[in-house]
Amino acid sequence: MRSRYTHWVYLLCIVLGMSIGHTLLGLLESGPRHGYDLKRSFDERFGRDRSLAYGQVYSTMSRLLKNGLVEIDGLETSGGPERKRYSITDAGVTDVEQWLGQPEKPEPYLQSTLYTKVVLALLTGRDANEILDTQRAEHLRMMRDLTRRKLDGDLSDRLICDHALFHLEADLRWLELTTARLSELTQEIRT
Amino acid sequence: MIDTLLSGHELHKTYGATPALAGAEFTVGAGEIVAIMGPSGSGKSTLLHCLAGIVRPDSGTIRYDGGDLTAMSDTQRSALRRSDFGFVFQFGQLVPELTCLENVALPLRLNAVKRKEAETKAREWMERLEVADLAGKRPGEISGGQGQRIAVARALVIRPRVVFADEPTGALDSLNGERVMKLLIEAARDTRAAVVLVTHESRIAAYSDREIVVRDGRSRDMARAT
Ligand SMILES: Nc1ncnc2c1ncn2[C@@H]1O[C@H](COP(=O)(O)OP(=O)(O)OP(=O)(O)O)[C@@H](O)[C@H]1O
Ligand SMILES: [Mg+2]
Repeated sequence: MRSRYTHWVYLLCIVLGMSIGHTLLGLLESGPRHGYDLKRSFDERFGRDRSLAYGQVYSTMSRLLKNGLVEIDGLETSGGPERKRYSITDAGVTDVEQWLGQPEKPEPYLQSTLYTKVVLALLTGRDANEILDTQRAEHLRMMRDLTRRKLDGDLSDRLICDHALFHLEADLRWLELTTARLSELTQEIRT
Repeated sequence: MIDTLLSGHELHKTYGATPALAGAEFTVGAGEIVAIMGPSGSGKSTLLHCLAGIVRPDSGTIRYDGGDLTAMSDTQRSALRRSDFGFVFQFGQLVPELTCLENVALPLRLNAVKRKEAETKAREWMERLEVADLAGKRPGEISGGQGQRIAVARALVIRPRVVFADEPTGALDSLNGERVMKLLIEAARDTRAAVVLVTHESRIAAYSDREIVVRDGRSRDMARAT
């Protein structure tokens, strides 16, 4: 019973942003660091759109400490506030390895907001074409921004932007296909 | 607002009983990159061919640099194409009997530039598109992605004021498509050439400044859609 409970808590942690924990753990693999350093390298590499709050680092590290995935490597008390230096444990390394080896759950986005909007427009006799075209223009605007950012950026910018671009492209293809099927869909919905 | 360099107004074109264009509108300014998108068979290529003076529309007007393209004779239009326009298509555009260098130099040769000068310029553009090492090869001996970069070099060698590109990356994988687009866009920006880019791929259209969508021969300016 107990082990099943921890299993679910563990899964829940993964779903609710446990990946920050794994990421910080992964960063620790190259050597012991202070919480502040960890935050800085996280922000530098992964925090383009979401830099970490100190509180988040602090709470994540104390959780990792409690779970035995990191340990205190040294304490500095000179002058300012107490600064803990963390290092990764063997269990921590295993944990990172398991995380990296596990595929992410693909999200099929069934019943997306866009689909709902299109159907509602048709049900209420509004112009669904207009909704699709407006969305299409918005998607392309964003893709343009990302493309510009990519052209000016380094390799990691390019990889991050490309990931977003391929996803937007998939949405846009759906918008195009739905536009092409609109009269068929209208018939089906109104009968 | 950019001054209009090339525009089409109320363009109609019918092939037999098939209406290919039914009142399409288009404008592009100097140095501007405009994407033409839309479903297959909607009239994208026909629109590009009309704008480039390759196909004569049944009705409507096309203005280029203050002049009326639709009022020109065939000879005048082909002279204009040779001097002012560059072309990149999806495939089969390089002359198989010529080397890559000769292919790139060809538009200059057609404009009566001397061989040596033409080949020097061709080499410069090939270097810029990172295909200088293919100079002596023939089109049959190079990959699709390399061929497209040769084609871009050939389109740009005359320093055209308008580059017409119809699915220039259609046969390429993502990485090569991207390389071709990056080089095309950078070169066009440097020379302030306008680009008319037909594509059905949104990631490619995202290199443009603006897009229009053609559906059933009619165009829709997406900048005004919202
Ligand atoms: N030379 C031609 N002779 C006869 N019909 C033609 C010719 N060129 C185009 N068409 C017709 O005109 C319509 C528009 O064709 P066009 O080639 O402009 O479409 P497109 O949008 O470029 O399509 P695709 O994305 O498949 O290239 C189509 O119905 C096509 O069959
Ligand atoms: Mg076409």
